Amino acid sequence: MSTIANTIFSPEMAARFDKLVTIYPVRRSALVPMLLYAQDDLGYVSDAAVAEIALRIEILELDVRNVLSYYSMLRTKPAGKYNVQVCTNISCMLRGGYEILDHCKHKLGIGHKEVTPDGVFSLEEVECIGACCWAPAMQINYDFHDDLTPEKVDVLFQMYKDGQGKDVK
Amino acid sequence: MPTLVSHPDEVKVISRRFGMGATDIDKYVELDGYKAVQNAIAEGPEWIINVMKASGMRGRGGAGFPTGLKWSFVPKQSEKPKYVLVNGDESEPGTCKDHVIFLHDPHAVIEGTMIAGLAIGSKLGFIYLRGEYRYLLKIMEKAVADAYAKGFLGKNIFGTGVDFDIITQSGAGAYEVGEESALMESLEGKRGVPRIKPPFPAVVGLYGGPTVINNAETIAAVPHILLMGGEAFAKLGSERNGGTRLFGISGHVERPGVYELPMGYSLRKAIYDVAGGVKGGKKLKAVVPGGSSCPVLTADEIDVGLDFDQMGKAGTMLGSGGIVVLDETVSIVEFALRTISFYQHESCGWCIPCREGTDWIKKTLTRVHAGGGSKKDVDNVQYLAENMLGRTFCPLGDAAAMPTLGFVKKFRKEFEDYIDGKKAGTPIITVDQLVGAH
Ligand SMILES: Cc1cc2nc3c(=O)[nH]c(=O)nc-3n(C[C@H](O)[C@H](O)[C@H](O)COP(=O)(O)O)c2cc1C
Ligand code: SF4
Ligand code: FES
Repeated sequence: MSTIANTIFSPEMAARFDKLVTIYPVRRSALVPMLLYAQDDLGYVSDAAVAEIALRIEILELDVRNVLSYYSMLRTKPAGKYNVQVCTNISCMLRGGYEILDHCKHKLGIGHKEVTPDGVFSLEEVECIGACCWAPAMQINYDFHDDLTPEKVDVLFQMYKDGQGKDVK
Repeated sequence: MPTLVSHPDEVKVISRRFGMGATDIDKYVELDGYKAVQNAIAEGPEWIINVMKASGMRGRGGAGFPTGLKWSFVPKQSEKPKYVLVNGDESEPGTCKDHVIFLHDPHAVIEGTMIAGLAIGSKLGFIYLRGEYRYLLKIMEKAVADAYAKGFLGKNIFGTGVDFDIITQSGAGAYEVGEESALMESLEGKRGVPRIKPPFPAVVGLYGGPTVINNAETIAAVPHILLMGGEAFAKLGSERNGGTRLFGISGHVERPGVYELPMGYSLRKAIYDVAGGVKGGKKLKAVVPGGSSCPVLTADEIDVGLDFDQMGKAGTMLGSGGIVVLDETVSIVEFALRTISFYQHESCGWCIPCREGTDWIKKTLTRVHAGGGSKKDVDNVQYLAENMLGRTFCPLGDAAAMPTLGFVKKFRKEFEDYIDGKKAGTPIITVDQLVGAH
């Protein structure tokens, strides 16, 4: 049983959060990872999530929102089941990152921060993801895919569509 | 999965265990793991700091501050607990070296954190990884759990009566959080807005306690340095630049990858020998030598040694060791625009010179790139960048201004020709694409 009655999170996540707030010298240190894990659990950081996180951390909802709005990975609206994040920063740009981004746009029929109508994919152009030496690179959810070509992207999309890609958690 | 590369000129110290299965704790121990920390416990803080001073190790996060000296600044007596904070935010474009450390040798990061803790009298260390590195965080989490299970972490480690704990932490996307004071803010559950200095973290850091903050590579090198001895490590490098470091060579080269080279190694050789030369036999145009914030070098400026001092003399920086190679097809106008777009996006907005400066440079270069620029625009970009330098609250402002100045000063003619309709290079970015995300 979670310390919070009627938690909106899955039992595993609620248990994890119960523990997370206890491990630091200061409770609030749990906030940034908790927001990200909440997003993994729910797909985005909903109003209800903000409310429960505020309770758990023992701060105002406003303080949660202040932090939430700072970090680029956190979102307050759902993304696709598979969030495709294409890097176009310098090392990737030099090796075809923009070509990959264009290919994804074309293939998925959506633009930056948009979701396909079936909710399966969303697309984002992102800054350097720390895979510069294996450029061009992207992440689908948390999985890295390196040395991309348009053909490789097609294969990856098909795998994810067929349920062979990995899930968010 | 990042490909492991190798070259005969490499000197493998930090990367010694890469590809050897050292994520497994028994394998790590078999490969001399957790020996250095036991020596450190036996020898004591002064010995550790002296070895680190003798090693000539300078921080691998970008600024190159001597590690032993940094540790010696932490007051011996402190009412508040002291902390070690490992910086694995790794977000400087062109940089992916910590990525391979977490992937291949997580226990070296743990052991280095413990040794740093022993040196300063801390009982708790944090290892902070950028949020995007979830799979690497999982590797780190498992390594930490295994170390606890063996009694290497926690109470009475190795039966010596010493206690040490480690907490792994995830970020959630922010380049600025790599700046050490913003990193502490983030770890305290706040927006990543930097703190004023002084006081420096060594005196007033995390939760107000004295804190040592080091880059993940700096920390991973520590056990190796203790085992081989400070002088032996120093000798591998160049004057005042001890040891080896992981260089990420990316962009237009035949064999991009993370290579461990001695400090002071020739930049020309790194590009032409180690990374196999410019891709497709094309001509070299320019090199950004240490991550995107370092001023560009032209093709005839690459006969320089890769250490902090020699790069400084060459008018640029060694930075994070991310060498980005540009061939003759690159439009510097476009490259400069993409670079400033990044800094504009990442500026935390706290201080005006950085928030406004990055925005106006980006706007001006966007106009130039779209074909509507005037010669005055190049002057304006230079003027803006010059007026940001040294006037911002944290070094991100400088990190944006310095490369911009490099581009407009060294390639001024290319900017002017571009404005006159004579565009060099093959365009990559379309106007639409820029309006999109950035
Ligand atoms: C905007 C900005 C971003 C930074 N990002 C990182 C980073 O991602 N990783 C890192 O180790 N240092 C980064 N630094 C440098 C840190 O502030 C700090 O100097 C470093 O972590 C100290 O460790 P070292 O002495 O081992 O280099 C950044 C600095 C600035 C100004
Ligand atoms: S220079 Fe100023 S606006 Fe820019 S990141 Fe630092 S504090 Fe924020
Ligand atoms: S520039 Fe794309 S991963 Fe670093």
